Amino acid sequence: MTIRMTINGRDCTTDANPMTPLLDVLRESCRLTGTKYGCGEGECGACTVIMNDELVMSCLVPVMQAEVATIETVEGLARMADDGAEILHPVQQAFLECGGAQCGICTPGMVMAGVHHLRHPELAPDGLAEALEGNLCRCTGYSAIFRAMERAAEAGRPA
Amino acid sequence: MTISADSETKLRYVGRSVTRREGADKLTGRSRYVDDMHVPGALTGRTIRTSIPAGRVRNVRFPDGFPWDEFIVAGPDDLPANEVALITADQPAFVDGIVRHAQEAVLLIAHEDAGLVHEAARAIEIEYERDAGVFGMEQGHVLKQLAIRHGDFEGAFANGDVIFEGEYRTGAQEHVYIETNGFIAWWEGDGVVLHGSHQCPYYVHKAVKHAFALDRDDQVRVTQETTGGGFGGKEEFPSLLAIHSALLSRKAGGRPVRLIYDRAEDMACSTKRHPSLTRIRTACTPEGVFKGVEIDFHIDGGAYVTLSPVVLSRGLLHSGGPYLWPAARMDGYCWFTNSPPYGAFRGFGAPQSEFAIERHLDRLAAKLGICPIELRKRNFLRKGDMLPTSQIVGEEPELERIVERALELSDYRAKQSGYGEGNGRGLGLSVFYHGTGFTGSGEVYLDSVVALEAQADGFVEIQVSSTEIGQGTETVFAQIAAEGLGIDIESIRFRKPETGAVPDSGPTVASRTCSIVGGLVERAARQLREQLAGRDIATASATGPVRAEARYQAPPGLVWNDDTYQGCAYGAYSWGCNVAEVSIDPVTAELRVESMWGIYDIGRVINPVLAIGQVEGGMAQGIGWATCEDVVLKEGAMQNTRVTNYIIPTSADAAELFVEFVEHHNPCGAFGAKGVGEIPLDGPPAAVANAVTFATGKDIAAIPIRPEDLLA
Repeated sequence: MTIRMTINGRDCTTDANPMTPLLDVLRESCRLTGTKYGCGEGECGACTVIMNDELVMSCLVPVMQAEVATIETVEGLARMADDGAEILHPVQQAFLECGGAQCGICTPGMVMAGVHHLRHPELAPDGLAEALEGNLCRCTGYSAIFRAMERAAEAGRPA
Repeated sequence: MTISADSETKLRYVGRSVTRREGADKLTGRSRYVDDMHVPGALTGRTIRTSIPAGRVRNVRFPDGFPWDEFIVAGPDDLPANEVALITADQPAFVDGIVRHAQEAVLLIAHEDAGLVHEAARAIEIEYERDAGVFGMEQGHVLKQLAIRHGDFEGAFANGDVIFEGEYRTGAQEHVYIETNGFIAWWEGDGVVLHGSHQCPYYVHKAVKHAFALDRDDQVRVTQETTGGGFGGKEEFPSLLAIHSALLSRKAGGRPVRLIYDRAEDMACSTKRHPSLTRIRTACTPEGVFKGVEIDFHIDGGAYVTLSPVVLSRGLLHSGGPYLWPAARMDGYCWFTNSPPYGAFRGFGAPQSEFAIERHLDRLAAKLGICPIELRKRNFLRKGDMLPTSQIVGEEPELERIVERALELSDYRAKQSGYGEGNGRGLGLSVFYHGTGFTGSGEVYLDSVVALEAQADGFVEIQVSSTEIGQGTETVFAQIAAEGLGIDIESIRFRKPETGAVPDSGPTVASRTCSIVGGLVERAARQLREQLAGRDIATASATGPVRAEARYQAPPGLVWNDDTYQGCAYGAYSWGCNVAEVSIDPVTAELRVESMWGIYDIGRVINPVLAIGQVEGGMAQGIGWATCEDVVLKEGAMQNTRVTNYIIPTSADAAELFVEFVEHHNPCGAFGAKGVGEIPLDGPPAAVANAVTFATGKDIAAIPIRPEDLLA
């Protein structure tokens, strides 16, 4: 079937089997490979994207559910300054400074979860540990990620 | 936070938290991992595996209903040498008639329709003749045996001192790098091009060249793509995928083939940390002064040799802990079993044996009626002491200072007396050490080379086969090179590792990258600085690159005898102490590690943010191994091959981690650096187990510590 989505602010129309995971469509049809495969069963969070302002594991979303949806992926977070320099999203910037990314494979999903948490802190009353629980990281032990998120929250610019 | 032993202010980059160089690419999704490569026309490959642990393959059936003539099918007969060359070449790339474990490749298939490949793979039927297998240690055949003899160990147990024995076990551990293993291969002319996720490009090169019986080095070109975690799991194992993907491509006339594992396949077939069984017998005075130790250290090697002999070696060499043993008998045994081969995992045997000795000391202290910290202090290694291999400790380890700092930061004594024993909450401590780099003469055999090249566009390029796998290789090497050259770090770039294009600086393993390879980068930088003689980079290299190479030279006095197992096992040692604070739910017995403190001497801290990241991440892996990471084996094979049922710590499980460094600089390491990558795995299990024993009164002797064990 034909699927229409808005991905990172751009309209996107693609042809796909309705049961194809959104993850595969993003990576293969849209060539947005920033979103990663980690387990294929919604446990590791590497494929996390924001769909209609909700955090989803894109490996578990049949693409038909994304029809006319607004999708945000890691590729859409940074902005370009007038001089062409890249301005990272405050969450990305804080991860960079605090060592929140090591091998980087969980990072896109983790950053999306972090961005979503700053927009909707009420969804995780117990705070960061709860907000990021769906995203496995094997490198950091999470401490540097917590420090990065605290710094991003201080930067106070939930996008 | 860093406690600095000196205050050198003249260093511009070393010692500073320079931002991770490839960090922005990783954070924006630009970094290219192997599965992100867009390779037009690529086929998708899949491995057909054994499902029994021992026996023979009788027949392979390709059921009707699939267009088999469209498939590429490859097997052992297609490979000039059905061997994965490593220390030995005993592991075949495909079952060689005899099945030795339940995840061996029988054949490979490939097709352009990925979905069809997966369906077809499930449909293929293999008929077997079954044999009984060997599962578990101390049965079957010994794969490798090692012995260390030191002093009069028989006499130490003969004169009426306190003799105390114990038996300790550790489970397997799965790496769970979040990026699964993968390679993409194609042939160009008579050579093969391989892009993949791995730690050691030249290991892959050697294995592929051997398997295809190629004559020239330039017939195999291995490139490392951005690698989503390794932890040892991508040290030797990726060679197998590289051979498989190259073979499918060759059968497909050179067409590209993607061989990328899904999670369940990766967890089922890939290497894991060796399970261990350690028996310790100690002799000491009633006051707790050590007289002698006898250690039998066993590990399960699985079905093939792989790296098990060297894992056994490092485990045995660290089995006495950082203590003075006047006499020692240490015997190591690695056993062949019908499990998939166990392999490299961060720590490489030392976390297993150091768990055993550190748990043993707490149990011994209880028997002696001495505080476990005091017992350790009476026996700590000091400068000038002799290790069981006759190596003299060349620096003052300052273990008392390290331990005292850990006790102070954790408020250990006050908390412990407040909680009281057996009340569901408690603290535990461990002290440990880790040798930097390959064991014994290993670094000499590696003969590592690095190159720095000043190029016409004004950059100095670092050329090494040492890989960035998340630990920060690119960043710390740029810091070291810029410091040595006396130039801006912005003028340094890192050549993507590709065999042939970069010299062989050895594998990215054994806590050797920053310290040892970084030391070569430092030397090459100083040399290039002299060659540049004050000219700017572009001017000096206008007529061609200016190149400096540095080759490994053993530090003076670093002599090792492989036959007697005596000599200097390592050129430098890192030291550390962990304190764990745990709580146990009184009803469910759920174990939670609330906090962990770690004080480490890793020599010069080149980049504090990256070093803390290494240490914290390793502590979390160690906590996971001690608590929730339970590899469930059935006839040698892992059953819980999903992240839903093999549990690694999540953010909600994460212990609060506190890290500080004590710096004793290593004269042979980069600007004084020692090993950092692996020591974080050595301490957490025993610290947790000692804390759980205090909190519950249960005499913990094995990890993982499961709630059902605490309720039993």
